[in-house]
Amino acid sequence: MSDWEKLKRNPYAAWTAFILLAALLALLPFLADFFLGRSWVRILDFVLLYIMLALGLNIVVGFAGLLDLGYVAFFAVGAYLYALLASPHFGIHLPFWALLPLGAGVSCIFGVLIGAPTLRLRGDYLAIVTLGFGEIIRIFLNNLDAPVNITNGPQGVNNIDPVSFGTFSLYQAHRFIGINFSSVYNYFYLFLALTILVIFISMRLQDSRIGRAWAAVREDEMAAKAMGINTRNIKLLAFAMGASFGGVSGGLFAAFQGFISPESFTLIESIMILCMVVLGGMGNIAGVILGVVLLVVLPEALRYIGPAEQVLLGRIFVDPADLRMLIFGLALILVMLFRPAGLLPSTIRKREFETEDEAEAQNGARP
Amino acid sequence: MTLLEVRGVSKHFGGLLALDEVSLSVESREIYGLIGPNGAGKTTLFNLLTGLYSPDRGGFYFNGERLMAAKPHMVAERGIARTFQNIRLFGNMSALENVMVGRHARTHAGVVGAVLRDRRTRAEEASVRARALELLHYVDIPEQANNLASHLSYGDQRRLEIARALATEPRLLALDEPAAGMNATETGELKRLLETIRGDGVTVLLIEHDVKLVMDLCDRVAVLDYGKKIAEGTPQQVQHDPAVIEAYLGSVLA
Repeated sequence: MSDWEKLKRNPYAAWTAFILLAALLALLPFLADFFLGRSWVRILDFVLLYIMLALGLNIVVGFAGLLDLGYVAFFAVGAYLYALLASPHFGIHLPFWALLPLGAGVSCIFGVLIGAPTLRLRGDYLAIVTLGFGEIIRIFLNNLDAPVNITNGPQGVNNIDPVSFGTFSLYQAHRFIGINFSSVYNYFYLFLALTILVIFISMRLQDSRIGRAWAAVREDEMAAKAMGINTRNIKLLAFAMGASFGGVSGGLFAAFQGFISPESFTLIESIMILCMVVLGGMGNIAGVILGVVLLVVLPEALRYIGPAEQVLLGRIFVDPADLRMLIFGLALILVMLFRPAGLLPSTIRKREFETEDEAEAQNGARP
Repeated sequence: MTLLEVRGVSKHFGGLLALDEVSLSVESREIYGLIGPNGAGKTTLFNLLTGLYSPDRGGFYFNGERLMAAKPHMVAERGIARTFQNIRLFGNMSALENVMVGRHARTHAGVVGAVLRDRRTRAEEASVRARALELLHYVDIPEQANNLASHLSYGDQRRLEIARALATEPRLLALDEPAAGMNATETGELKRLLETIRGDGVTVLLIEHDVKLVMDLCDRVAVLDYGKKIAEGTPQQVQHDPAVIEAYLGSVLA
């Protein structure tokens, strides 16, 4: 935080840092492509997509302290809304600029609908109910192919329109100033712009009257009520904001992939997103971003284990797929053991764990 | 002028009658004490008044209007603020942030304002911060502004809770055992603070076990025992009331 303050006071250094960061981000897909291969540009796209998704969940879990295990439902709602309104499935092809706010709005409504019945619940009970709601949405998507075919059931929706602005389609390669920008590059820049917007909104919300009210509800709901906070509305607002971020990411996911099915929206997906938020540091935006980068990149990087085994040991001893998940799980456990507040804990979370340690120390000191 | 009138309020939890037809009235700008042995129903009365529960019978009239099936946040908006018997601060927020939360009901910035941070939102945010600092000075803990609420000393936490309650601009400040666990010096300071608060036009409703504090500070006192009001009057009158003596010390004949 002090480095940040120093930067703020020195505009020259701040601008230099900003320009370097912007240049790095702009060149990132080229660097990834050059050093690691084309598939890594696609992985970068997913990193950005998941940052948007995780920052949405961070509002609910990190800011307002409401443990939501069914968050992927909003991702699904956004994705299906986009898929159904921009694909040959119904023959409807709405433009991207209309679908993006529509996806945010409809997910927002779903956020309120799912949030409303859970308002009285906290902690474990809330987690269980949201988990149930998440599954309900997925099962609906899986079974709404009969009697009237709405979602096309387990087969999912195919040939979803890619993002396009007028005739400029992100799906096609474009040539600018002699450089060829293929589809994954185009999406990278779109996702980057939207991710920056989402980060900006998150930061502004956190440091505001609304953000303080969320923190108050998280800390002590009864005291928050007594201070004049309408906890029902403020919790619904958290659900709605989180859901709308999820919905936007869902729409982008559908357009990017061109195909979606209920399989993409299982419970394990919800848990992965929650892991991203918790691993990096709940409530801290930079922490969440780090969590996403690690949890998207690490499994991909661990794909190289198979070839590495072959080279180092001469033959494959352990199935790389098994080993990959094993190492991944071990990494998660280690982080939680050694950095229980997350890799980059928010100041509040950090304090929380420190306070607990102190309390323990004091208790221990007692005869 | 009567600021708060409690009319025939009853409440039971299961088979326990926690409050039985309690009526009392608090005049504007007075310090009104509510005393009684443990389990007499004092905190229950507070919880009913601030909307955490609703009474089985009877009701509360604040400033002449009935508080109808009020939710806690509405009660705060109407001008009743409270503290809690077991301190309930936002432990992992700074002292300043705690008081800033208290300004919630008196400010308006929503999501759009928060994101765009327009001129009005910035002005509001600045005034919230300034007022919160002012209140920390008022309760005499300005040096704690950036410290975590949970790291404050017990006495300072009590003060912070009062500052946070004052941030809601209450007309009635309801304090649940503010002197509990304080030493004599701290209690003396608390007494002066409450007198200042009353001097600034806020009516104080006080639950307290510290008899000396109640006798020194309160204009009028009501005594509850087993959910019933058994006496009401000036501290001197109440002190000599046989029913009160019996409630506290047991019957002479027993």
